[in-house]
Amino acid sequence: MKEQLIAIKSQAEAEISAASDSAQLEALRVRFLGKKGELTAILKQMGSLSPEERPIVGQLANEVRSALEEILTKKSEELKTAAMAEKLKEEAIDVTLPGKKQELGHKHPLTLVLDDIKQMFLGMGFDIVRGPEVETDYYNFEALNIPKGHPARDTQDTFYITENILLRTQTSPVQIRTMEKMKPPIRIISPGRVYRSDAVDATHSPVFHQIEGLVVDKGVTMADLKGTLELFAKKLYGEDSKVRFRPHHFPFTEPSAEVDVMCFNCQGKGCSLCKGEGWIEILGAGMVHPKVLSICGIDPEEYSGFAFGMGLERLVMRRYQIDDMRLFFDNDIKFLNQF
Amino acid sequence: MKLSKKWLNDYVPCDKENRDFFEALTMSGSKVESWEVEGEEISNVVIGKILKIEKHPDADKLVVCQLDVAKDAPIQIVTGADNVFEGAIVPVALDNSTLPGGVKIKKGKLRGVESCGMLCSLKELGLTVNDFPYAIENGIFIIEEECEIGQDVRSALGLNDTVYDFEITSNRPDCLSVLGLAREVAATYKLPLNIKTPEVKGCGGDVNEMLSVTVENAELCPRYTAKIVKNVKIEPSPRWMRERLRAHGVRPINNLVDITNFVMLEYGQPMHAFDLRYINDGKIVVRNAVKGETITTLDGIERPLSPEMLVIADSKAPVAVAGVMGGEYSGIMDDTNTVVFESAVFLGSSVRKTAKKLGMRTEASGRFEKDLDRQNTLPALMRACELVEMLGAGEVVDGIIDVDNSNKEPVTIKLDCKFINEFLGISLSCDEVIAYLERAGFKVSDGVVTVPSYRTDVYHKADLAEEVARFYGYNNIPSTTIRGTAKGSLTDRQKFDGLVNETMRACGLTEILTYSFISPKNLDKLCIPQGDERRNPVVISNPLGEDTSIMRTSTLSSMLEILSKNYNNRNLSANLYEVAAEYKNQGADVLPIERDILTLGMYGTETDFYSIKGVIETLLQKLNVKDVSFTAISDDATFHPGRCAAVYSGDTKLGVLGEIHPTVLKNYEIGTKAYCATISMDTLFECQNTDILYKPLPKFPAVSRDLALVCDEGLPAGEIEKTIYEAARKLIESITLFDIYRSEALGKDKKSLAFNISLRSSERTLTTEEADNAIKKILKALENIGVTLR
Repeated sequence: MKEQLIAIKSQAEAEISAASDSAQLEALRVRFLGKKGELTAILKQMGSLSPEERPIVGQLANEVRSALEEILTKKSEELKTAAMAEKLKEEAIDVTLPGKKQELGHKHPLTLVLDDIKQMFLGMGFDIVRGPEVETDYYNFEALNIPKGHPARDTQDTFYITENILLRTQTSPVQIRTMEKMKPPIRIISPGRVYRSDAVDATHSPVFHQIEGLVVDKGVTMADLKGTLELFAKKLYGEDSKVRFRPHHFPFTEPSAEVDVMCFNCQGKGCSLCKGEGWIEILGAGMVHPKVLSICGIDPEEYSGFAFGMGLERLVMRRYQIDDMRLFFDNDIKFLNQF
Repeated sequence: MKLSKKWLNDYVPCDKENRDFFEALTMSGSKVESWEVEGEEISNVVIGKILKIEKHPDADKLVVCQLDVAKDAPIQIVTGADNVFEGAIVPVALDNSTLPGGVKIKKGKLRGVESCGMLCSLKELGLTVNDFPYAIENGIFIIEEECEIGQDVRSALGLNDTVYDFEITSNRPDCLSVLGLAREVAATYKLPLNIKTPEVKGCGGDVNEMLSVTVENAELCPRYTAKIVKNVKIEPSPRWMRERLRAHGVRPINNLVDITNFVMLEYGQPMHAFDLRYINDGKIVVRNAVKGETITTLDGIERPLSPEMLVIADSKAPVAVAGVMGGEYSGIMDDTNTVVFESAVFLGSSVRKTAKKLGMRTEASGRFEKDLDRQNTLPALMRACELVEMLGAGEVVDGIIDVDNSNKEPVTIKLDCKFINEFLGISLSCDEVIAYLERAGFKVSDGVVTVPSYRTDVYHKADLAEEVARFYGYNNIPSTTIRGTAKGSLTDRQKFDGLVNETMRACGLTEILTYSFISPKNLDKLCIPQGDERRNPVVISNPLGEDTSIMRTSTLSSMLEILSKNYNNRNLSANLYEVAAEYKNQGADVLPIERDILTLGMYGTETDFYSIKGVIETLLQKLNVKDVSFTAISDDATFHPGRCAAVYSGDTKLGVLGEIHPTVLKNYEIGTKAYCATISMDTLFECQNTDILYKPLPKFPAVSRDLALVCDEGLPAGEIEKTIYEAARKLIESITLFDIYRSEALGKDKKSLAFNISLRSSERTLTTEEADNAIKKILKALENIGVTLR
């Protein structure tokens, strides 16, 4: 019987390793190890053995069974792996075909930059306020120290609705409205649409956007104005950007300044971008005129403040190298989709 | 404002490099925009003398000249000009020379004859006959100046000045003058300022015997000064005067006119010259115009005057519009013998109004309207007379007419060094502050600052702070951070605005920005019915054009215009949105109500009504708006009557959405179906629910049932859904429509809708019986509205 067992084992081993699919393998399992299989058939003859031989043959038979089971399992794994590999190979796809995209909408480039600027000022402790676009002459001019007949009115060609109602030419009226409503400390920015009677061309639009800021508190100084705007300019134009403050005139601030950033194209040498000046004007600013504080019911002996303002369109044009302001309001999706 | 360096040097010895000058003046508050070096483009052009002129052998219209240019031998130049003659002194552009406009001159042959350069005309040197009145325009410039053969033409003709161009802010009319800028240059560089008081010899007589001046409106004319010049000799001004006028962009005319312009540039005081012959009765009356009066101004146009306008009149009629322009008949002519020089100050706001109303802004009115120094009239008048004598242009009659209603008391401000330091954030000693103020031209004594009369802009201690800052240097002020704490944060409304924008973009819609004013034609294009409140817009009284003349009462027109632009730019599809205001008229002299509207616009082959509805549903879901329903409406003329809905939260209408009416599409030239929606941001904000409360996750399983229903074509799915919900409100977790089916077997005008209904109890696992009962109830309720199981 021993010989029979050994013969079965070697035959089974040979046939199992030659099996080429799992069906074949299953047939071999049944043939050798099944209830009516060859190994079982031999075990059934155990009774004819002597008591001494029985345990020895029994042990051998068990060894053969477990050896065969082991190689069956191993072969089965091998076949599965091969089958999986085959299947995966068949499933190969062209990974260069386009993906199934979720089309997202785009922010308008003006909003994109405006949102950046809002974040910068929120981080510096400013709130955001807005005011009406159709304004009274009082808030747009008079309260800002620009009485009727003042030459500064000529630099802002104004759309009028009636003699006393107009489309705001600047976002500054929001400052007046804020000072009337809020007690210092005040720290706000007011972005929004403004209107001037400029014919449309590559650098002019009768509707454009401004962002103004206002800080009023006890002991606010021109040095604070400089510190705040330098920080802003560096956030906007990068840590290495150079900023200068240049005397200027606005009726509602005193002292007034224009703020220039060193031309990033020529590093101050003068080029076509900065019209040879070496600097690019980015905003206007100044200490709120004590007269304006008084008009708004804030005691200029107790409080002081600064204000600043900038145009959004030109800033965005420089950032993205857009050469025509009309693109902003034409809203062609071939333009908008670039942002 | 232009400034000639030569003229500046009459008053300040400033010889700084141009770049340095540009930086320093800009940083002290007088912004230099650019500068121009005269004759910069001219090189290798010299004075030559024509020795001999011969005919060109092969050309009738050309001549061959031999010229002495102070070289070893004469040079030969061919010219086509016919005004040359032997002995003439001419400008000669030699071989390898350059001329204005980038012109290069090289040796060459003209019809086979060698020409070693070119003889120049005025124009070729960048000049005009105004610069050299004796020369002719078309021909070679025959020079009559004192010069040497071989001399560089630039020095010979005085083309060696540098002209700076300043941007002067409206508060500094004093800097619209050579003297004003000289003061700024002196203060900036701490250089001595050398201003001489004009000296007039006079010829006897008394101006008061020849002329009387009455000022009837002292408010509009605070000061009027005048002098008379007799026996005038009208002729061209001398070259130095012409050069300065030219540098400042003023055309020389004759000595008397040039003197008035010269003084205006130098002193910043506009002057006017009248011919005494045309001043009736020798009487000047400064008065308001009388209704119906007219004047023919120097430019030959008759202009109607109105009573608020100030005029200079004689005993009969106006001879000038005060501060704006003179009359045609009283100006200087070739045969003028006696001249009245007027040097006056008129109220800025009045001049501005008059000039605007008459539609003539002149150099003078532009200056007067900024309110000029009332103490400057007399020095300017004396300077004009000094120049008359200097030029030998006439004899100055003794005496002065000076009607002075101005306040001579100078403005004083208490010196507050502490304020100045604290305001600027610096720490200067009081002596330093005083030194800066004195440098800026202020007088300080006993703690009081006296403001010079020409500084009409300074009246407050903050103004003094600016003067100190200008010369201390804005960029020397430290940079500090604001003291105190502040927390910047978005309001709930701002967060909501952000979320709406974000959701729109997540749904694939791109943001647009459009003008807030539109053409009134849009109201017709949108088919807005007569009498609708949108037909009553806020109207701009002075629009750029009809296109932009009313504030929009509907944002749809802007959206449709942009959809049209995109469609006509051949963009196959567009999904757009805008959050912007509509303006609701509240009547004259009341501010309109500005309401933000979310406007959606979409077109494209894949787009239909349900695309735009889906976007709105997503938005409402994101904002957790409760009780949303859509109701068909057919009475909005902008939309397709069968494809338009109003969207509600409970009973609150949020907005409208739908397919645009074919007529409106045609009006906007959109050749495809388009879908729009408008949602009120204010209402939406009110209806959002930001308070989220956690609900425990379900513990018991849901029962899912599918129902295939049949009903009439006209029954809205929404009604079926509502009926299902109401029949088993307690157990229904969700109702989902997943199929719509139509077939002949179903019958005409019938449709089949398949719903999945999910039932769940939060208390226990539902039994089959409970679920079946619920479904039975649902089916019963459906039967009542004519819906059966398929």
